[in-house]
Amino acid sequence: MGKSLFEKIWERHVVKTIEGGPSVLYIDTHFIHEVTSPQAFNGLNKRGINVFRPKQTVATADHNVPTLNQHLPIKEELSRKQVEALIKNCDEHGVELYGLGHPYQGIVHVIGPELGITQPGATIVCGDSHTSTHGAFGAIAFGIGTSEVEMVLSTQCLLQSKPKLMRINVEGELNKGVVSKDIVLYILSKISASGATGYAVEFAGSAIRSLSMEARMTICNMSIEMGGRCGLIAPDETTFNYIKGRTFAPSGEEWDKALAHWKTFFSDADAIFDKEININAAAIEPMITYGTNPGMGISVNETIPTAATINENDQSGLSKSLAYMGLQEGTAIKGQKVDYVFIGSCTNSRIEDLRMVASFVKGKKKADDVEVWIVPGSKQVEAQAKAEGIDKVFEEAGFVLRQPGCSACLGMNEDKIPAGKYCISTSNRNFEGRQGAGARTLLASPLTAAVAAITGKVGDVREWPL
Amino acid sequence: MSKAFTTITSRFVPLNMENVDTDQIIPARFLKATTRDGFGKNLFRDWRYENDDETKPKADFVLNQPQYSGEILVAAKNFGCGSSREHAAWSIQDYGFNVVVSSFFADIFKNNALNNGVLPVTVSDFFLEKIFAASRVNPNAELEINLQEQTIKLLGSEAPPSEGFGEVFEINAYKKTCMINGYDDIDYLLSIKEDIINYENSAP
Repeated sequence: MGKSLFEKIWERHVVKTIEGGPSVLYIDTHFIHEVTSPQAFNGLNKRGINVFRPKQTVATADHNVPTLNQHLPIKEELSRKQVEALIKNCDEHGVELYGLGHPYQGIVHVIGPELGITQPGATIVCGDSHTSTHGAFGAIAFGIGTSEVEMVLSTQCLLQSKPKLMRINVEGELNKGVVSKDIVLYILSKISASGATGYAVEFAGSAIRSLSMEARMTICNMSIEMGGRCGLIAPDETTFNYIKGRTFAPSGEEWDKALAHWKTFFSDADAIFDKEININAAAIEPMITYGTNPGMGISVNETIPTAATINENDQSGLSKSLAYMGLQEGTAIKGQKVDYVFIGSCTNSRIEDLRMVASFVKGKKKADDVEVWIVPGSKQVEAQAKAEGIDKVFEEAGFVLRQPGCSACLGMNEDKIPAGKYCISTSNRNFEGRQGAGARTLLASPLTAAVAAITGKVGDVREWPL
Repeated sequence: MSKAFTTITSRFVPLNMENVDTDQIIPARFLKATTRDGFGKNLFRDWRYENDDETKPKADFVLNQPQYSGEILVAAKNFGCGSSREHAAWSIQDYGFNVVVSSFFADIFKNNALNNGVLPVTVSDFFLEKIFAASRVNPNAELEINLQEQTIKLLGSEAPPSEGFGEVFEINAYKKTCMINGYDDIDYLLSIKEDIINYENSAP
């Protein structure tokens, strides 16, 4: 019997299996940040042990950092203390830190790939659920809690039960104006926010193969929103071309060796999946969410579902969600006024996302009553945007280009959306209060967000020349 | 090393909501601590208080309803979805819950709970509905959870457990041993360091 991509990676990393229990899984690469690591280092210090393999952990500051004036000390005391704790812990334990002010600093799931640290066939973890992003390179990558961060720091291993396997095949050609964010919001709308819980999800099919690495990362990023343990895509020429020449990518003879190894990671034709889902790419339209979990999405041209049209079990959730969102069932989402536009987060803050937005808004001005925040995923993305003149396009449109960090995706720093305001956001979660207490989030692609930035409303990007 | 877990018999707090995500359990603005302590007071913060004001509890939220209390939280399906923040498990434990019952848990939350001595008990939709129904009739109804036997029983209802008011729940045998003995995964992993080094030296 053939093996799946997931199984090939998993089996290489099992140190041992406990009888009737989980496997001890070896972790190749561990990313840490300021919010979920301090208690793990405290745990190590309490036990009097050092980081076991400090070279396999890479740190950055992203969740809690300001996105304006990063050269100044962090004003908010608790945030500053957390960032200072990271600096101290990394220093004491010999862990490389790309902190504020470093040219490699940025959102952990943006910098790993762009530095060439994220590689096919690897096991990758981080104390952040969107670690699934790295699966786009054909890696097993998943989010962990702080106790597990402590396990990886102290032993480079985790105890894990093997998840079930799901494959989602997206076949066919995408419509104009439809991008990878729409694909993943569409899948979520079909299978729900818990549709992949307990599964590792492989994304396959011609529509997936046609995507750039940035676009693939957006899809794997949101596999956690389906409840998936991880999401992954088999590496191919697109993957290898992306990695080649990056800061920590292998080079010379090492490159040839690595490439031969990476090419072994794909699902065999007779691999067996516990569940398989087929999606027709041509059926996907620009998507937007109307509710308070990422599974509550519709095409921008559809009307918000009514209690009568949805599953009986979801009805109480629908009315509660719509009450929070201030939206009415059965009404059009198109034309809905927005107050804020947030383009950023580990889902959509890479250079390709900023290029996509810039190419749409070039020569246009933002709507008067909308505030537009563009938060690049990393210092490198920010520098590239400036080198390409994208910053000027944004400036002329009246957008604010801020500095790298998680920002308004989770509203942990001061970038919060005020209560009752609508924010069209390229991030990953529309939970109640996610972007600030009382904030109302509409998740969408960078293109759909760009339309809202210009018109102040939810619209269909395909009504514009593309 | 966490507290050893045996049998718990307690009243429970019914939170009849689906898809309770970790941003609700503990909003991001409370994640700025560098220790594990004191998160309980911010558990479900934005559902508990009007305008983030502790002097204005929302009367319709179950944690503010004095008739409900206990060491057990009962929630509807897909509990703990979203962020990997272990602060969610810490806040539940710090508030005083030792067990969370639901028909479906998000993966990362489940691991985080187990790693903190909070037992996630997965029950059928049918049984979950029975628990919620019992709480409506009798807020003093109790649940009995026996980890050794892997059973959960609804007490204080009119019918005995044998007539459908008890269930067996699943738990990984390794995790069960850890919970019963108060061991944690780090103790175990540290004890097999030699195996880990051997793996590194012979890695495929």
